[in-house]
Amino acid sequence: MSETITTSPSDARVYHPASEPQHPEGHSTALGFWFYLMSDCLIFATLFATYAVLGDRYGGGPGPKELFELPLVALNTAMLLLSSITYGFAMLAMHEDDQPGVMKWLAVTAGFGLSFLAIELYEFTHLVSIGAGPSRSAFLSAFFMLVGTHGLHVTSGLIWMATLVVQVRRRGLTAANRRRLECLSMFWHFLDVIWIGVFTFVYLMRMI
Amino acid sequence: MANPEALAGGHDAGHEPQFAHGTRKDYVTGFVLSVILTGVPFIVVMAGVFPSARMTAFLVLACAIAQIIVHMVYFLHMSPKTEAGWTLVALAFTFIVLVIAVVGTVWVMYHLDQNMMPGMMSEQPGD
Repeated sequence: MSETITTSPSDARVYHPASEPQHPEGHSTALGFWFYLMSDCLIFATLFATYAVLGDRYGGGPGPKELFELPLVALNTAMLLLSSITYGFAMLAMHEDDQPGVMKWLAVTAGFGLSFLAIELYEFTHLVSIGAGPSRSAFLSAFFMLVGTHGLHVTSGLIWMATLVVQVRRRGLTAANRRRLECLSMFWHFLDVIWIGVFTFVYLMRMI
Repeated sequence: MANPEALAGGHDAGHEPQFAHGTRKDYVTGFVLSVILTGVPFIVVMAGVFPSARMTAFLVLACAIAQIIVHMVYFLHMSPKTEAGWTLVALAFTFIVLVIAVVGTVWVMYHLDQNMMPGMMSEQPGD
């Protein structure tokens, strides 16, 4: 505004540092991490498109109705959904400065995440053992690529969770650790959103 | 040299308001809705509730879209207000690119299939 500011030599001097102190450390992390998630979303978009195109190229091999076991997929979905809410409880504990609560809920979340991975690995090894590996047909290549990429994301999420458990145990719920936990929260819930697409388009739609 | 934290005037210091927070009620509501929106499509497909495949597919798709919105609102705490609307803008942009990539791919490849059917190859002048 056009307000006149006058200073006199007797005023206390104010120095402006070269950096931008008005932005506290990590102020843009949430938005930046959201942008990362959106770009990750596009990776999955291309993989979903690939599956949509190649999903019915069986090459004389087995199709979804011979291979997929929906009770197993339902169990897997339950594991991921439960891990989502338990991570939510870890965040609530964090906002209450309840460090043991955070550790407890992170452990429960990791347990559900590991169960999800174990079930997925069982499914993959079972498919490979009956001769329906990724090299069998274009359909199976697209399937393993899409579901495998999601599984790799869950694996990285679990590694991240393990490092954060160590960090919080050693340094407590510092501002930096809170920020990291918030980012992992976004990542973990985002993976559950991707899984909705997976169980809908990869499994359910092909079993109708 | 004064420390930058003090010069920042203490606003936002220590506490991070840039992450949207949810309450316990939010998480529980989101979880209950998700269980319903996951359970319904699985039951409909596994038990074969509807004789019409088109009807089943429509219901499965509707549940998936609803559940994605539930996750966005109750677990990712999306709202038009977070980051002055920039998260929503980024999401909308991603959605547009996603639709172009997926629908475009399916459309192009479908037409490619139609025009490359074995029967059509013999109609070409060279054969």
